[in-house]
Amino acid sequence: MKEKYFVNARIIDPSQGIDEIGGLIVDANGKIKAVGKKVNKENIPSKSEKIDLKSKVLIPGIVDMKVFVGEPGFEYKENFRSLSNAALSGGVTSVVSMPNTSPAIDNVSMVDFILRRGRDKSVINIFPAATLTRNMEGKLMTEFGLLSKKGIIGFTDATKTIQNSEIMSRIMNYASDLDVLVMQHPEDQELSKGRCISEGEVSTRLGLQGIPDIAEKIIIERDLSLLGEYPCRYHISQLSSAKSVEVIKKYKKEGINFSAGVSINNLSLNENDIGDFKTFMKVSPPLRKEDDRKALIKGIKDGYIDVIVSDHKPEDEESKRLPFAQAAEGSIGIETLLSLALELYHNQSLPLKKIIETITCNPARILKINKGNLKKGSDADLCIFDLNEPWKVDVSKLKSKSKNAAIENRKLQGKVLMTYLKGESVFSLQ
Amino acid sequence: MAIVKKFSAIKKIQKHLLGIQNLSIQEANLILDEAKNFIKLNRSASKKLDLLRGKTQINLFFEPSTRTQSSFELAGKRLGADVMTMNVGNSSLKKGETILDTAMSLNAMHPDIIVVRHQDSGAPNLLSQKVNCTVINAGDGLREHPTQALLDALTIINRKGKIEGLKIAICGDILHSRVARSNIYLLNMLGAEVNVIAPKTLLPNSISKLGVKGFTNMKEGLASCDIVMMLRLQNERMTGSFLPSKREYYEYFGLTPDKLKLAKKDALIMHPGPMNRGVEIDTKLADDINVSLVKEQVELGVAVRMACLKLYCK
Repeated sequence: MKEKYFVNARIIDPSQGIDEIGGLIVDANGKIKAVGKKVNKENIPSKSEKIDLKSKVLIPGIVDMKVFVGEPGFEYKENFRSLSNAALSGGVTSVVSMPNTSPAIDNVSMVDFILRRGRDKSVINIFPAATLTRNMEGKLMTEFGLLSKKGIIGFTDATKTIQNSEIMSRIMNYASDLDVLVMQHPEDQELSKGRCISEGEVSTRLGLQGIPDIAEKIIIERDLSLLGEYPCRYHISQLSSAKSVEVIKKYKKEGINFSAGVSINNLSLNENDIGDFKTFMKVSPPLRKEDDRKALIKGIKDGYIDVIVSDHKPEDEESKRLPFAQAAEGSIGIETLLSLALELYHNQSLPLKKIIETITCNPARILKINKGNLKKGSDADLCIFDLNEPWKVDVSKLKSKSKNAAIENRKLQGKVLMTYLKGESVFSLQ
Repeated sequence: MAIVKKFSAIKKIQKHLLGIQNLSIQEANLILDEAKNFIKLNRSASKKLDLLRGKTQINLFFEPSTRTQSSFELAGKRLGADVMTMNVGNSSLKKGETILDTAMSLNAMHPDIIVVRHQDSGAPNLLSQKVNCTVINAGDGLREHPTQALLDALTIINRKGKIEGLKIAICGDILHSRVARSNIYLLNMLGAEVNVIAPKTLLPNSISKLGVKGFTNMKEGLASCDIVMMLRLQNERMTGSFLPSKREYYEYFGLTPDKLKLAKKDALIMHPGPMNRGVEIDTKLADDINVSLVKEQVELGVAVRMACLKLYCK
């Protein structure tokens, strides 16, 4: 591979505190050789091929910590190839794949399968997660040690919660010794059983049994209390309510060490978007009130929430064209993650640097991977986007195999132009 | 003249009757006015009209029902429509057929109107998006039961002459009741003051957002009410998780002659049926023709459904 020279870009790399007009050099091995304002047309070889980015934004390739692939068992919803294409067109170069497949990723042979499929069929970096408990039943721990050795990045029961406090305490205790990452979907599933959407006026009017926000709060409080006793690498997959933000604030102030994420859906939509039973808006955790949405944004601003995820969950038409209570949960979102997050910049909810941080270096730090940065020597995984380009989400043009986008037809501002992986161009907007 | 009347009705009414929430006050009054005409007809010797001759009405019931289903069936027949009733139950769901599959195959038979009851909230809305004909909601999940609310309103108007300014208590399992929700919307719209009374576990937190006052005891809730509307308490709510027992419920929330005295002297009792005698209502009270409107509700139910079929069938 020849060296590549990107010039005249607005480079944002929160991991190094960079936000400046400059350039980036990729060496022959696809690693970053130099970055920043010192890289400009004057100090690079005259003959070399220059990619003039005309002040477009260049950031590290996005790291998405919560993505459902569908392999094995749900290939008709999404496979590694379609996921990879969707990710790249959204500037996402690394994903954590959820283990709630069929069969679930809960043993070593399944990890081999996932890694092989990921390698053969996808271009992006796949970091597979395994389940915390066998078959996600919340009872028997999986082999954290052996699975980690095989390449598992972290452990989660995906959309299920460890309900039993004794089992959770043992998981934390055991995980701390092996230094593995535990990711919890916080939801008291006794309080959410048979329910969907947020509890309140909207659920009463729609005649749906709502999930109260305390269902989330109870588990977070329990887990963070346990964490005081058994400190391990603990991550709250997604928050949805103001009450939960208050709880994590309290525990972070007490010095408990953990991290927390939020889905872009909960930052951009609220329960009123469900309208007349739009099943694409049925997500988990549910969309809540506008005050909750604002509290989540503030949680990011104040640094209590570390990560924004797409919570990309492809569902086919048959799973969504049902009465609301029967419809599957989830929305696709990996291709629109950045654009939708930029909405929070354009409407002055969050600074640009903060947004980029939550989708690049913060998830990488939690996962302990050398991604999400533009440091010298790192892989040149890059995302180049136009900050202002207006466009409308047309689901038929999305590359994901399933078309269940909660933000169908939404007008957005900001679009990914190019994606590079280890210095190679892997996506370019036509 | 009749043609002119029909035409103006077409202009005033929406395509589907999915819930009171989607209804304007003009539409509600139009249905109620129309229904008044049918009360007399239903009491006369010759009850058959040919307003809907040549029209096909399909009653699609995914959930068992006795009175709503027979009421709609009779209403359609009295207007001269060809009525077919399908009790889908759970059988087709077990075979893997979804509500939309069922709807699409029925749609191919070119019905003019589908009356649907389904255990899931919003199912009629989904159906209405996929079929060509009019959809009338005969009860969906916990959400709405619009024709029940309309017949209740008609019953009240028939006895009290009006709804505006009346104070009406709805008592029972508010949380799981579509009848309560539809009644709240309609009675509010028509200018009544509505109290809802229920044990805390059966009262939604956000009930005041619907424009009513919530009470957890009969004494306060029934004070100076003109109408006491009792709701059916379903068996599965009575034991354990929502309420400790039937007899405790009856003690605090069962309507007895003593508790009825808390309301206005001329207060009347309503119940959408079927009743649990001795659980939510004293059995003698339920049969007392001086205060109970239960039979009248059933009677006027046919008139209201005839009005709906006439107005919505285009």
